[in-house]
Amino acid sequence: MTLFDLYLLSPELSLAALGALLALVDLVVRKKSVLPILAVVGLIAPLTLSLILWFDLSGGGATQMQGLFNTLVVDKFSLFFKFIVVGAVGVVILSSTDYVNKFARFQGEYYALLLFSACGMMLLASTTELITIYISLELTALPLAALAAFLRSGRSTESGMKFLILSAISSAVLLYGMVIVYGYTGSTSLADIAQRIAGMNLSGDTPFGSNALLFGVVLMIAGFGFKIASVPFQMWAPDVYEGSPTPVTAFLSVASKAAGFAVMLRVFYMAFPDDALVVDWRVTFAVLSALSMTLGNLVAIRQNNIKRMMGYSTIAHAGYILVGLAAVASGGASLGPTGVLFYIGGFAATNLAAFSVIIAISNRIDSDEIDDYAGMARRAPLLATVLTLSMISLTGIPPAVGFWAKIYLFGAAVEANLEWLVVIGVVNSVISAYYYLRVVKAMFLSEPASEERVASGLPMQLALAVGFLGTLAFGIYPTPLLNLARSAAGALLS
Amino acid sequence: MEFTGLLSAAVFLPLAGALIIALLLRNAAHIRLFAGVIAAADFALAIAVFASYNTATGGIQLIDRIPNWIPGLAADNFAVQYFLGVDGLSAPLVLLTGLLGLVAVLASWHIDKRVREYFIWLLVLQTGVMGVFTSLDFLLFFLFWELELIPMFFLIAIWGSEPKSKREYSAMKFLIFTILGSAFMLVGILTLFFSTGTFDMTALPSAIQDAKLLLPAGVVFALLFIGFAIKLPLWPFHTWLPDAHTDAPTAGSVMLAGVLLKMGGYGMIRVSIGMFPDIVAGLSWLFLGAAIINIIYGAIVVMRQTDLKRLIAFSSISHMGFVLLGLASVMGNTGTVSTLGLTGAALQMFTHGTITGLLFLLVGFMYDKAHTRYIPDLGGLARRMPVLAAALLVAGLASLGLPGTSGFVAEIMVFLGTFSLFPAATGIAVFGVVLAAGYILWTLQRVMFGPLKQRFEDIGDVRGMQYAPIALLVIAIIAVGVYPAFISDVFASGVEPIARSIESAAQARLR
Repeated sequence: MTLFDLYLLSPELSLAALGALLALVDLVVRKKSVLPILAVVGLIAPLTLSLILWFDLSGGGATQMQGLFNTLVVDKFSLFFKFIVVGAVGVVILSSTDYVNKFARFQGEYYALLLFSACGMMLLASTTELITIYISLELTALPLAALAAFLRSGRSTESGMKFLILSAISSAVLLYGMVIVYGYTGSTSLADIAQRIAGMNLSGDTPFGSNALLFGVVLMIAGFGFKIASVPFQMWAPDVYEGSPTPVTAFLSVASKAAGFAVMLRVFYMAFPDDALVVDWRVTFAVLSALSMTLGNLVAIRQNNIKRMMGYSTIAHAGYILVGLAAVASGGASLGPTGVLFYIGGFAATNLAAFSVIIAISNRIDSDEIDDYAGMARRAPLLATVLTLSMISLTGIPPAVGFWAKIYLFGAAVEANLEWLVVIGVVNSVISAYYYLRVVKAMFLSEPASEERVASGLPMQLALAVGFLGTLAFGIYPTPLLNLARSAAGALLS
Repeated sequence: MEFTGLLSAAVFLPLAGALIIALLLRNAAHIRLFAGVIAAADFALAIAVFASYNTATGGIQLIDRIPNWIPGLAADNFAVQYFLGVDGLSAPLVLLTGLLGLVAVLASWHIDKRVREYFIWLLVLQTGVMGVFTSLDFLLFFLFWELELIPMFFLIAIWGSEPKSKREYSAMKFLIFTILGSAFMLVGILTLFFSTGTFDMTALPSAIQDAKLLLPAGVVFALLFIGFAIKLPLWPFHTWLPDAHTDAPTAGSVMLAGVLLKMGGYGMIRVSIGMFPDIVAGLSWLFLGAAIINIIYGAIVVMRQTDLKRLIAFSSISHMGFVLLGLASVMGNTGTVSTLGLTGAALQMFTHGTITGLLFLLVGFMYDKAHTRYIPDLGGLARRMPVLAAALLVAGLASLGLPGTSGFVAEIMVFLGTFSLFPAATGIAVFGVVLAAGYILWTLQRVMFGPLKQRFEDIGDVRGMQYAPIALLVIAIIAVGVYPAFISDVFASGVEPIARSIESAAQARLR
């Protein structure tokens, strides 16, 4: 390991160090309210280091920097996701400050585990080698399983357990897939795998030229499918979303999902870009996408608990993003990759805003039932406005960022001649309008159960502002996020 | 980049007003007054737009155009323009939107429930509709089309009529129907873009001819048409309309019937007919069939209504049938296309906006006094509310197409345009006018005349601010009835190029 490797790893290292520091400080200070302040201030380090790397890439001419025996790559694609993860963990910590009173004794561990998991996600976006991918995934998932069980109530424990077991199973499936791919190609490095496959004589009859390789790839899709909660690997999502502490749910739905897509894009772009392979995973993604959208949206209609509803909504959105992946696979060269990354960025801002509101409200009324949101517009006008904008954004109506994200992604799919998938997508967005607006309806149209104001503290307001402004500003002027997404996508393609 | 600014001002002034209300104003009286000033100013801008449109020159005028206004999109060759402009087709509709926008605000003077939110949504709605009529970039058009959804949803769901569950149902139904239409429309728009490489609605008609579309042209046409058909609404997509109209607050009904339905008709002329002349040339059966069903079915259902607002809603469906009939006039198989029917259809949209706007306005005012819209409960009101009764008479007679009112001119143009081509269909449609005369006179008689019911002894007439919107609309109806040319000539210049493109397509078919 050289100094250069340390430089490349610096964002992750600083994040891990911050997590360890928090666990230590927790032992010595009595006033636990310094912990989130320390955590958020400390996040400046990984953010700055990521920025330094970004400008290093912008200035230096090189599109990527490889290190750590070629298992790690720092390019704009990975940095894009590092920004999202740092932003998400920052917002989640800010919005946790009141919520953590529910488990007052373990605040230090809570923040530390969040940061460790975030560290795994950042690593995940950078890895280009199967074993490292597997290790990063585990680093991401294990803290999350602990966090999911943090409330120590029946539901929370159940969700932690569920996450742990299903995550282990999916990891095993993924590992199995990796082993088969390794056995077939003789390498764990993504670039080498691509090279070896390109050198083989793939016959046209069998998919992928080899049933063994196909089997491996399908198993890997299944493993990743769990991380992004796409149908048919979605069963864990609603239960875990409902049972986990709400900030953890937010973190799961934004950062964990973004990291899952990052590694998926990386693997399929780097290892399996061969034309013969592309045809097959394009169909796979298209079908998974159609199923995820439809199932997620249809079941979400029936939900009365907003966290559960958001769980199904996340499944549906995994489906929308898969539309983009299918388009990428079909040669939607100009819009596809940018569209996927833009969507992930916009979805992150939107979902963080939505979950911040859900946390702020549950801090005061101690309920996540949609019916209890009645009259929120009167009890907390700002919270209601933020949540309304998020719901509008998730539906894909202007002036929120979700509108452009949808246009872009569906545009990419039309460009790739996947009109049938787009029709399914738009019909799904109609279905989703029904349950998203149900929340809006409850807040604005129903009479409040009490007139008591729902107030929120300064850190929460900061978290809300980040999510809200991100959703609105990129909805009105999407250019900055688009440019960011484009240079990130460019790095992946080069 | 060209920028005259007038259209941008007309589109965004209401939005700016809504923002100011949201951020600065607290006092209900101030909000009301401010919204009134904004709406009046926007009406003035709309008049300016209409007046400065030069019919002799024709074409697209008052252009505000920023190519690549979102640079981030342009870098992916996803070039969206900020492109506003009016031609003869849209200029009168801008005028109508300005007029009804002002009427809607004035009609809402008595609103005292959540005043701030109310006027914010009303003004945002105005921006959305203005944007739809002036956008010449298809994605911008779609953006405005979607922007109008949420305000209307709230207007119906919060300030609509009792009971609460019913109005919320209607609001949701309106939203789901419209968003379903726009979802298909989006697929159509994107397909057009990726086939032709442009969102420019002025360039698309010829680009579609030259390009090879990703989907069969008929499918693209259908995707777009469904969106407009739901909005217009075309039978059998009409079921949202009676609910939404009935449960919307007065101003909401005025906007809904007055301008929102016109978005559908406008889209059909500009997009369905303007961009797909080859396809519509063979679709006369669809338009004629839909027209007759709308006219006759609407009129028959009207007869059975006992709620005044629901009655007007179904009469709207019937009247929108005349628009469809006018559109069918360009699909005759003779090789020449006259603009008469198309102009009549456009004029029918304008006049229906003023007439039905007035009807909803008056029924709304009446309801505020009488607290019922149930026709059997009403009766003899003319004795206690003479002004309202007189205005209702004007609106009713215009609605049944009495000469001297705007309704007559539009319908006669439609009939003249279609009769020589489709005599049988026109004959059936004319029967719709007879039915209209029947149901309107019958309704007027039941509501306004006859013995005065005991409970209405102390009921008062319209007063104060309510005179203003009534006067505005009555003047508009009579003015267009007496001198229709000032609107219809503009429309005629706007539909002229569309008729010519249909003509060449029809001739190509005959050859």
